[in-house]
Amino acid sequence: MIARRALLAAVVIVALALIGPWLPAYPLTVLTQALIVAILAMSLDVLLGYTGLSSLGHAAYFGVGAYVVAIMTTEHQMGLLACLAAGVALATVTAAIFGLLAIRATGTYFLMITLALGMVIWGLAYRWVSLTKGDNGIAGIPRPTLLGIELSAPVPFYYFCLACAALAWVLMGLLVISPFGLGLRGIRGSEGRMQALGYNVWLHKYTAFVLSGLFGGFSGTLWAYYNGFVSPNDVQLVTAVETLLMVALGGSGTLIGPALGAGIIVFLKNFVSVYTKRWLLILGGVYIGVILFAPSGIVGALRGRRR
Amino acid sequence: MINHALHLDAVCRAFGGLQAVDGVTLTVHPGERRALIGPNGAGKTTLFNLIAGAMPLSSGRIALFGRDVTHAPAHRRAALGLARTFQITNLFPDLSVLENCLLAVQAHLPVRFSMFRPVGRYPALLERARAALQRLELEKLGGAVVRNLSHGEQRQLEIALALAGQPRVLLLDEPTAGLSPAESRLMAGLLRRLDPEITVLMIEHDMDIALELSDMVTVLHYGRVIADGPREQVKADPQVKEIYLGA
Amino acid sequence: MSAEFWIAQSFNGLSYGALLFLLASGLSLIFGVMRIVNLAHGSYFMLGGYVGLTVALRTQSFALACLAGAVAIALVGMGMERFFLRRLRGETLGQVLMTIGFALIFQDLALLIWGGDPYTVPVPKMLTGTVRMAGAVFPIYRIFIVGVAVLVGLALWLAMDRTRVGAMIRAAVDDAEMAQGVGINVPRVSLAVFALGAGLAALGGVIGGGFLGVYPGADFEVLPYAFVVVIVGGLGSLPGAVAGSLLVGLLDNFGKALFPELSYFTLFAPMAIILAIRPTGLFGRG
Repeated sequence: MIARRALLAAVVIVALALIGPWLPAYPLTVLTQALIVAILAMSLDVLLGYTGLSSLGHAAYFGVGAYVVAIMTTEHQMGLLACLAAGVALATVTAAIFGLLAIRATGTYFLMITLALGMVIWGLAYRWVSLTKGDNGIAGIPRPTLLGIELSAPVPFYYFCLACAALAWVLMGLLVISPFGLGLRGIRGSEGRMQALGYNVWLHKYTAFVLSGLFGGFSGTLWAYYNGFVSPNDVQLVTAVETLLMVALGGSGTLIGPALGAGIIVFLKNFVSVYTKRWLLILGGVYIGVILFAPSGIVGALRGRRR
Repeated sequence: MINHALHLDAVCRAFGGLQAVDGVTLTVHPGERRALIGPNGAGKTTLFNLIAGAMPLSSGRIALFGRDVTHAPAHRRAALGLARTFQITNLFPDLSVLENCLLAVQAHLPVRFSMFRPVGRYPALLERARAALQRLELEKLGGAVVRNLSHGEQRQLEIALALAGQPRVLLLDEPTAGLSPAESRLMAGLLRRLDPEITVLMIEHDMDIALELSDMVTVLHYGRVIADGPREQVKADPQVKEIYLGA
Repeated sequence: MSAEFWIAQSFNGLSYGALLFLLASGLSLIFGVMRIVNLAHGSYFMLGGYVGLTVALRTQSFALACLAGAVAIALVGMGMERFFLRRLRGETLGQVLMTIGFALIFQDLALLIWGGDPYTVPVPKMLTGTVRMAGAVFPIYRIFIVGVAVLVGLALWLAMDRTRVGAMIRAAVDDAEMAQGVGINVPRVSLAVFALGAGLAALGGVIGGGFLGVYPGADFEVLPYAFVVVIVGGLGSLPGAVAGSLLVGLLDNFGKALFPELSYFTLFAPMAIILAIRPTGLFGRG
């Protein structure tokens, strides 16, 4: 079972690697964006699909990662590895602090607290103008150089993002099939039973929360390099909800599903918005449509799951 | 009093104005088989929740093998060797039977924090999980998803999970709830074969099974202990007979 | 900081809290009865403002604008509950996504109908201007807002405490299953509460539109405030909504005035402290 999934994963990655040089520039950049956002969606799936915690504040860690890179590259001209490390680290610390406050809550309260926490980061991005340049955002983030190789051109940067996405996928994939991952699925199934069996449920949930924030931050750091520009819009509520949609659309609790969902939403956004201004209307329709017609997502439907 | 497995001292639990458990004092010795009986609403499951740590006490003390666990969270009590089953089946519905067991097996092991190797790569864990299933004769169902099991099979899995962690004290909450007479007899047979080292406290509505499987009996009525002692003595107690005349 | 500063800021916080009360009291009741997460609640506020704007411009009547806004959005809310949300009982994620879907649709429709420019709802002459009291200057409109909130609060309290419908609502908040069991038509109560909540939010939107304005983005801007009020006050609790609104209004105002760079942080830190002590909010029953 695991071997089959690993094989499928390898095939997908190799296929993506091969088509890279052959795609025209625009589709290639959109695909790059999809890969970066897929990391974010998968990180949320760990929390939502596997542990069963619905969070509305996930954009916060994405934002922290992105802003750290933005500030370090434009103000201090720091290199790729330093920026990635700092971005991920700070996002993880943010998750660690927020987790202490959020994990004691359950259900609806958890949802609302994570929403409020996400807004705190948005608020900081918007108001702490001396640090984040507020509404104007931070522009001019240069593409990085990795071990002497310039990553500014679309194709090398694409391969870099593909490698990062593959790495994230492998790490998160191992996490969810490990004993710890099984514990998370147990928590989603029945917290009461897990307590009775002897698990410190709070600790497991907290760890999942922090790890989820870690990978979310990783996605954010890549985003800053990709977009060249970071603004409070990247941290707003709508972004957090969009991520939830990607998870639901693809199928929560499957990891590959959310990655697929991310791809679909990214492509929809980039192509549909070219043809119509009513992009939000369509997106809203997609939200409602998914809940009404495909509640367990695409991958869920393919696997014959019924909620 | 170190020679007790479980000791309750004037344990009380009130819900607003209602005294669900009212000054219960009892001692269960190691290896003992004790039945906890009483009419509906007598406070039996509440008492279990208090012992297991699923609910805080209003007053009183609880000790497990001499250690005061009155304020210990549920998972700490489980680590000290306490296990319980639930009256309303409380399993992991979307996981397989084997995965349910694995969760029970790894609960007290450091491996539960391992994040970089698939569960399947821990042969020791798989072995113990399969052994736990075998004990309840469920090993053939390993791959089945719990949601699809029959009620009887789920009740058996309830017990398998509680036993998988190798507990020293086992709280069984109505193990035969919802079972047909034939299934109940099977369950009674399984329970009779439990390791004699385990201390068992069992809530059971089926009077025959309760008395058959236990040496000691405690009778609860409106949250209070009204009889407590060896099986035959309690059976003959006039107060107990009066309460059960209508049951 | 002069006494004038403190008085003025406190009053601003109070009036903002009053507006928040209109928005959040309905949300708290909806949560309490139906445990529904409704991310379109901010949209009710915004749409109410827009509808009120149009009616006010057409009829020159502020009162009519308030009424129209409240009724129109109450109907929208009822429609959402009856035909879409009812089937999602207990499914938190589904509710979140569906209500956000509606929120996005509402946002785009508003953009389509009213355009992207900000407007202010025209208010009657007698509510404009200021009044001087205790050495400080108070805008009459803000006094009006506080007045409306107090009236609404009293009306809600009386309704909940003294009427049969109120008792039914309280029963449903306490234990919906039990309430259904004793013969209370919980689905109908739910529908009524939803309509009430949406209508109140819309009323807040019309009134808020008089001094904050009506503009695209108001929906998502006001939503977190509503949520914080309900978290801090406790789900389903009217006194909680009052306490929460006051607290949030004052904290936000003072925060913006004293520490503009930290904004939501000054709002959030006290919230975190409160939640650390009482995880279900000040008056909540979790």
